Amino acid sequence: MQPLTEVVSRTVVLRERNIDTDQIIPARFLTTTQRKGLGRHAFNDWRSLADGSPDPEFPFNRAENIGARILVAGRNFGCGSSREHAPWALTDLGLRAVISAQIADIFRSNSLKNGLLPIVLDEAIVDELLEKPGVELRIDVARRTVTLPDGRQVQFPLDAFAQTCLLEGVDQLGYLLKQDRAISQFEQRRQHQEFRHAS
Amino acid sequence: MTSQPKSLFDKLWDAHVVTPETEGAPAILYVDLHLIHEVTSPQAFAELDARGLPVRRPERTKGTLDHSTPTLPADAHGQLPYVNDEARAQVDTLRANCTRFGVELFDYGSPQRGIVHVTGPELGLTQPGQTIVCGDSHTATHGAFGALAFGIGTSEVGHVLATQCLLQRKARTLAITIDGELAPGVGAKDLILHVIGVIGVNGGTGHVIEYRGSAIRSLSMEQRMTVCNMSIEAGARAGLIAPDQVTFDYLRGRPRAPQGEAFDAAVESWKALRTDEGARFDREVRIDASQIQPTVTWGTHPGQVVAVSAHVPGGNDADEAKARDYMGWDAGAAVAGRAVDVVFVGSCTNSRLSDLREAASVLRGRRVHPRVRMLVVPGSEQVKREAEHEGIDRIVRDAGAEWREPGCSMCIAMNGDLVGAGQLAVSTSNRNFEGRQGKGARTVLASPATAAACAVAGEITDPRPYLTTQPAPQPSAQLETV
Repeated sequence: MQPLTEVVSRTVVLRERNIDTDQIIPARFLTTTQRKGLGRHAFNDWRSLADGSPDPEFPFNRAENIGARILVAGRNFGCGSSREHAPWALTDLGLRAVISAQIADIFRSNSLKNGLLPIVLDEAIVDELLEKPGVELRIDVARRTVTLPDGRQVQFPLDAFAQTCLLEGVDQLGYLLKQDRAISQFEQRRQHQEFRHAS
Repeated sequence: MTSQPKSLFDKLWDAHVVTPETEGAPAILYVDLHLIHEVTSPQAFAELDARGLPVRRPERTKGTLDHSTPTLPADAHGQLPYVNDEARAQVDTLRANCTRFGVELFDYGSPQRGIVHVTGPELGLTQPGQTIVCGDSHTATHGAFGALAFGIGTSEVGHVLATQCLLQRKARTLAITIDGELAPGVGAKDLILHVIGVIGVNGGTGHVIEYRGSAIRSLSMEQRMTVCNMSIEAGARAGLIAPDQVTFDYLRGRPRAPQGEAFDAAVESWKALRTDEGARFDREVRIDASQIQPTVTWGTHPGQVVAVSAHVPGGNDADEAKARDYMGWDAGAAVAGRAVDVVFVGSCTNSRLSDLREAASVLRGRRVHPRVRMLVVPGSEQVKREAEHEGIDRIVRDAGAEWREPGCSMCIAMNGDLVGAGQLAVSTSNRNFEGRQGKGARTVLASPATAAACAVAGEITDPRPYLTTQPAPQPSAQLETV
């Protein structure tokens, strides 16, 4: 994973609450065996009009939002399925951070493994950002701050381990593999407990 | 010696900690049983290949085919009607990965194949006290046995394949105590839909739920699975029910459960898997079971629920207005009486034998309304065999519904089993998100009894009259009781 220290970008706004992973990437695009290329299907069913043509009003279809790296969304973003295709689709669109008043557990966990920073801020701050699409924000991962357009800095919670992984590009599987001795010891401790699955 | 009283979750967690969490690092948690399917595993195996890694404990991972598989049988040339070549390639990829890495796969032709959360329990792979994970958010289902079971992403599927472990922060705990008796005609699906309506679609976020109380104790294992299955619909990664005699009776004799004396010894250890007196939960919610009515969703997330006899909300809330608009409701409209186009009985929530019996008890001797297309999709090959042995397939077909091969089918709608744009489906599945069952499809979540009653009525209706009265035999209907 590439290190992520800072995100400076204008925001794209989706005001809806409870945006679920079926909206982020509909299930019919999950037949892929690849991680890449899902961005073109992100929010697929919200992007087009009834006749199939692109909806010019949908935020990700608007020219000024191309290349934006920060999504601001209504409360409980990413609820629903465990599909990691959701953060894959968003990072494929170029996003590096999602800001919401609440972010669903599995989506948050999946995002952190893909260099997509899930940021939970107070509802009042998020509401301000939802009202004003396109403002420029600066996110500092080391200081865990978001700098708002008026210069205010607000803190966001970020697990210390997740922060280190982002800042240093730590590969979590590599970290786990280094714990092999502890895992083997655990397995030996439990060896007397019969493994109950018939072979 | 005094020890701090522990919750069931604490006990499950503590028993699987390889290294405890610190401020700087999450715990390393050992995984007893890893279930995989074709959709969320290919990129994980690719990661192992890229690093030249083996599967650490192949005997602890079991694979099945369910999500993108057709529910229509193979043609005369033995070709399965996949929705596209990519879906076929995904199945082939899992088959090849399981062969190369030494993982057992419940493939086509295996009598054990089925939806991952139906197969694990019915084989007795799922057992109390285990940690169970799968790249699927409805892994919470297995919590019905007193196992810590939760959904993971594909990167984590790779972590488990390579190390049999996950990096985890300990969740908070939420006790949901449901006392009292469910009214006749009200079941586990109504109960969990009601619970999600009470605590909200994000009410369990950051928590592991333990379902407790006399109403939970009185549920069968299959009903308990329905309850735990939808924990994620309230935002909770895992839901738990402490094992008891109902659990032990269900597991005894299952092929992958311990046998004979080993089973009795296991039961003795499983009896300790309960929350100690005085253990603290981070949050507690109490619900009176006797107040629960047959319940359905009206909106576009599983927290937007209503009694089937009641009305959709009429307020000005923007999200509710958007949901009403998508679903085609007028503000304050009565739920009952809305015309139905499609009825789906199936999914990891409600495709077990008792669910199919419940639907069949409504369909027996009746006909599906002419405007309704109804699919009944058993959760596994075993459920299908048992249902056919009882004649449920005949009842379904005689009523004019389709009887299909096992799989996830119209719940996730990625195999070609679709609801059309603008159509209204009453579905026993778990998600009513926009487009979940097909682009533009409208989903009403319901119990198997309600779904079957809606199929017969051709409109949303209270199932109870259909459960208490049996129609007179009609000349066209064969009352089959094998």
